[in-house]
Amino acid sequence: MPKILLMGNPNVGKSVVFSRLTGVNVIISNYPGTTVEFTKGSIQIKGSRYDVIDVPGTYTLEPLSKAEEVAVKMLDEGDIIINIIDATHIERSLNLTLQLLKKRKPITVALNLWDETKHTGIEIDVDRLEKILGIDCIPTCAITGEGIKKLVEKIKDAKISNYNYEDKERWHEIGNITKEIQVVGHRHHTIIERIGDASVNPILGLPIAAIILYLTFKIIRFIGESLIGYVFEPLFENLWAPVMLKLSALLGSSGFIHDILIGRIVEGEIDFVESLGLLTTGLFVPIAMVLPYVFAFYLVLSFLEDSGYLPRLAILIDNLMHRLGLHGLAIIPMILGLGCNVPGALSTRIMETKKQRFICATLMAIAVPCMAQIAMIVGLVGKYGSNALLAVFGTLFIVWIILGILINKFSAGISPEIFVEIPPYRLPYLIGLSKKVWMRLVWFIKEAVPYVLLGVLIVNILYSLDIIDFLGRVAEPIISGVFGLRKETVVALVIGFLRKDVAVGMLAPLSLTLKELIIASVILAMYFPCVATFAVLVKELGIKDMLKSALIMVISTFLVAGILNVVLGLFL
Amino acid sequence: MANLISLVEMTPSMKGIVVEIEGGYGMIRKLDALGIREGVEIRKISSQLMRGPVMVEVERTQVGIGFGMASRILVEIK
Repeated sequence: MPKILLMGNPNVGKSVVFSRLTGVNVIISNYPGTTVEFTKGSIQIKGSRYDVIDVPGTYTLEPLSKAEEVAVKMLDEGDIIINIIDATHIERSLNLTLQLLKKRKPITVALNLWDETKHTGIEIDVDRLEKILGIDCIPTCAITGEGIKKLVEKIKDAKISNYNYEDKERWHEIGNITKEIQVVGHRHHTIIERIGDASVNPILGLPIAAIILYLTFKIIRFIGESLIGYVFEPLFENLWAPVMLKLSALLGSSGFIHDILIGRIVEGEIDFVESLGLLTTGLFVPIAMVLPYVFAFYLVLSFLEDSGYLPRLAILIDNLMHRLGLHGLAIIPMILGLGCNVPGALSTRIMETKKQRFICATLMAIAVPCMAQIAMIVGLVGKYGSNALLAVFGTLFIVWIILGILINKFSAGISPEIFVEIPPYRLPYLIGLSKKVWMRLVWFIKEAVPYVLLGVLIVNILYSLDIIDFLGRVAEPIISGVFGLRKETVVALVIGFLRKDVAVGMLAPLSLTLKELIIASVILAMYFPCVATFAVLVKELGIKDMLKSALIMVISTFLVAGILNVVLGLFL
Repeated sequence: MANLISLVEMTPSMKGIVVEIEGGYGMIRKLDALGIREGVEIRKISSQLMRGPVMVEVERTQVGIGFGMASRILVEIK
């Protein structure tokens, strides 16, 4: 199938154009051998099918980063190019355009954000531009859909340009072209821009950021708890529980198959967290406890991403990050890690040096719990009040800071400075945002549910074979002596290698004290990544660095749990 | 020679023309990709406290630059 490539600078609305062109069947993939992602879909034009590929944003065909290298490789494999340009920043976009023209492939230019040229007083002579470049240039506003139809009509007949110039004169050429086709009227500083400037103001910026982060947590908590309380718990308790009880009776209320599928029934009722059946706990944990928070998180995160706030946040906290050996953008893997440690680990690729990637990945794996874990911890510890939750997450935050400072002190290597484009604030395009959230939800369900089911099954088997008991007795000196936990807690530590949410869930039937719950939650978050994250980290860091990282994880877990054991013992 | 100062010495809202970039090939190319090169007009938006990054605007594009890099970009003030 012929390939249409969407190419252009980052932040020009490529993804919005992409979602306008393609349907629902869209996949996110990695370019082979890299962790650079691209999205692929298809479109039907006058009876023929074409692949449409949203190529990673690039400023130039002389690559400066892995993503740009991939973009250049993909260019060779493409048939038709749609070069998406930010019509409000033509001069900069033309750098890539002129380089693309020289590749002598069929190409059409989409002058996107056309509506914003009106808002910003920019006038562009499109006909003149078409004559100069020798190809079609189509004004589009992907958000409203204007121009997209015309773009689709013209793609099949995309022309190959004859435009020629000397490479070292490229910026001169761009300057000349821009002068010929663009007229910029005078603009006043708008209110939005004033707010935008305030959000990075050194005095106002941090309080504003604190407020935004606080609101973020509140909203996630609200959406998560509402979905759990009003939708999923009622669903499970009123609709599914009766079905399970009927099935239980059918299976004779006991026996191997019964225990595997439905688990233990207490007093004629099903406790969805403690029963440990595949159809009970195995479904309840991912769907009713974790999914609502995962949904809430990705909804809010996508909004934050698309609004353009994250790079500004990176600037504000850049100073703090440098104490940890990172720079401001490292906040992004940390935030992604809050959703799931796997994309968190993958996104450490945005850090430029090996040292920074090591620190970023290690800190994330140790101190940033994933939403699956967070949801479970909130579910189990939350009933003791906010102070209890503060004890768990506050400890992890302090560990993050101290560990960051320590690792930075003892690592060799450079930490380069931040250098990042700050896109203008935009009101997120709701349809594109919904698609993004949907894709992330589907990914989570496909990834999490099978492993949760596997985890529940394994725990069941371990219990029936008395292996848990054996391991508990072997590890008792550490688990009781150092951590202050009952030896039965070992089941959570074992399962934590597979899935962290199931591990936290395993604490529920043990009737732990608050002190034990807090310590156990912190240990589960810190001691070792789940198998999925581990696999990604080995690939990202390499075996040697992964072992260093693992050593840091284990040692710090011992220290922190030991300290918590003593300190909490004074209060609880 | 007219007023030649670095990006970190500029105050917010100050405008100027980039005259010199004291850096190696890598730094120059990085800056070039975002439109920061000799001869362009640049406006300072903000600094952060304690040698934090600097925010500037070039051709209606906003960029955040680390302190060290910013101190090596020299601007002629209008």
